[in-house]
Amino acid sequence: MSAKTLYDKLWDSHVVREEEDGTALIYIDRQLLHEVTSPQAFEGLRLANRKPWRIDANLATPDHNVPTTAFNSVEDIVDPISRIQVQTLDANTKQFGITEFGIGDVRQGIVHVVGPEEGVTLPGMTLVCGDSHTATHGALGALAHGVGTSEVEHVLATQCLIQKKMKNMLVKVDGRLQPGVSPKDVVLAIIGQIGTAGGNGHAIEFGGQVFRDMSIEGRMTVCNMAIEAGARVGLVAVDEKTVEYVKGRPFAPKSEDWDAAVAAWQDLKSDENAQFDKVVEIDGSKIEPQVSWGTSPEMVSDVNGKVPNPSHEVDDVKASGIRRALDYMGLQADMAITDIPVDYVFIGSCTNSRIEDFREAAAVLKGRKVASSVEQALVVPGSGLVKKQAEEEGLDKIFIEAGFEWRNPGCSMCLAMNADRLPSGKHCASTSNRNFEGRQGAGGRTHLVSPQMAAAAAVAGHFVDVRDMMKEAS
Amino acid sequence: MSMDKFTALTAIVAPMDRSNVDTDAIIPKQFLKSIKRTGFGPNLFDEWRYEDVGEPGVDNSNRPLRKEFLLNQPRYQGARILLARENFGCGSSREHAPWALKDYGFDVIIAPSFADIFFNNSFKNGILPIVLDEAIIDGLFKEVFAEEGYQLTVDLEHQQIKKPNGEAIPFEVDSFRRHCLLNGLDDIGLTLQHEDEIKAFEAKYKAASPWLYR
Ligand code: SF4
Repeated sequence: MSAKTLYDKLWDSHVVREEEDGTALIYIDRQLLHEVTSPQAFEGLRLANRKPWRIDANLATPDHNVPTTAFNSVEDIVDPISRIQVQTLDANTKQFGITEFGIGDVRQGIVHVVGPEEGVTLPGMTLVCGDSHTATHGALGALAHGVGTSEVEHVLATQCLIQKKMKNMLVKVDGRLQPGVSPKDVVLAIIGQIGTAGGNGHAIEFGGQVFRDMSIEGRMTVCNMAIEAGARVGLVAVDEKTVEYVKGRPFAPKSEDWDAAVAAWQDLKSDENAQFDKVVEIDGSKIEPQVSWGTSPEMVSDVNGKVPNPSHEVDDVKASGIRRALDYMGLQADMAITDIPVDYVFIGSCTNSRIEDFREAAAVLKGRKVASSVEQALVVPGSGLVKKQAEEEGLDKIFIEAGFEWRNPGCSMCLAMNADRLPSGKHCASTSNRNFEGRQGAGGRTHLVSPQMAAAAAVAGHFVDVRDMMKEAS
Repeated sequence: MSMDKFTALTAIVAPMDRSNVDTDAIIPKQFLKSIKRTGFGPNLFDEWRYEDVGEPGVDNSNRPLRKEFLLNQPRYQGARILLARENFGCGSSREHAPWALKDYGFDVIIAPSFADIFFNNSFKNGILPIVLDEAIIDGLFKEVFAEEGYQLTVDLEHQQIKKPNGEAIPFEVDSFRRHCLLNGLDDIGLTLQHEDEIKAFEAKYKAASPWLYR
């Protein structure tokens, strides 16, 4: 038998049937649901008089619309349209008997934080969610696809997804990261190199020393942004860290099931001689802390670099893209990244709202204060359990003493569907994943960074190399 | 949900001359709070189209327009074909993006490349996304800009686009997706025809991975 990639193995083990043209039915083990992309799917089921194929394959939690200020129940959501959407999820899960971690449940949070945290995401499974950042779950060696609402309905009704197999791409980052360089910097550097369409049509496996050394949460940060490189699927091979991470989580297999599962997971890596359609190699030791300057995640720079000059760009479409971005962002060509002021700081989102992210940011903020020019600095945990853990470690106090607001879990200012919005014209150091025009609020100017870089920017009032700030202290 | 059948259409082409058009731009998040599939058309490209910030539930007919924006120009009124650049539809998986495009009146989008999820979502909503060579796209942009009222004919049955001068441009489309579009077929209904196969797979799979079923 020929050598297979991890993606090949996950695919092969879930094919129910395949047509001659390669269109296949793929069996889906798990579906995560949230309030924004599921109402029309449930409505579709009802209209066609259909039932979910396998109720216990689904798990729901509201995240996008949820307020992050203190409140007790769904009725307290002030925006009536948001409230109806969250209530609709409650009603739909209740009608169909699907488990929901609702408002007030300590397990509620951003779907992509909740799934792995609860052991709902397991190695080797196929998982979908009506959200493009579902790639996150690939960090555990699961084949995880972001899908549209029609597909949410399709999976509810049939437990299958209609798919054509993607191509295989390997992004190999070897060497060792410099201190102060985080998984977020790694993935931003990758996107900066291959572009936002670099992974279109491919499943990306992240391989090499850097990912072997990386924690599972770090791998989630990287896989989360596979979609920003154009790939619907991001993957990291299963190793001891994966098994260790999953062990003992509420939904993880128990006793003899556990042993059988672990044995089955051993093969969840690409074979030695597996062929990839595309390979990109990057030297991890050369990656610097990153800051995005434009309106697409590929518009990134080293923190010590400069905003690009469109007149140096030969490609016309690209040059006009840069010009448009500089205009929107209110930046001048050739200015130093460290001269960009920071008005808002947002630490959160499914990319960077886990406990390790908060530890890194808190380490920078300890004994420091947010600059007086910063108008608002928010920390928003990815789930109620992350919040609880951080409070047990005293991280909340460090954030609050530094001048941050310590909030309740949800998507928050990552896309500003709730009340947390970036005002027009303001620059935000954000640990989220998208810097599109208007993403964090109409007219808002997003700069994507790691948690430690966001913390350092909060203190300085402009972007700064976090390594310099930490050096001063020691 | 079953769809309208897609066969052939002749319509005005609107040229969107920028790459990486993302789904946040196609339909901004505040409109995602709707629990319906319809009514998104007036808010398609909301931030580029209107001077003010749109909110759901507001009457859009009285809002100030950005005159220079493509869809506000008289020459592109009634357009049903959108000509676009590289990586169209990148970003979020929101199916509200094709819903908004369809609701506005677009049935075909032509681009050198599409983001994967958007590409897929389009077919499910009766929109035909067509991938053509960059050079051909460049040529089409030039022709659309040069001639007011420029129209193309898109013939899915024969997989070709006809230019006003009669020249034909062939295009590729998956046979399965073409079949579904041409016949307005519902994916779920099609899949459920294989119910027995799914059940057989599930039984075998469950025996091999029992921990996924507790
Ligand atoms: S945190 Fe942001 S990117 Fe992640 S699921 Fe929520 S809105 Fe989407």
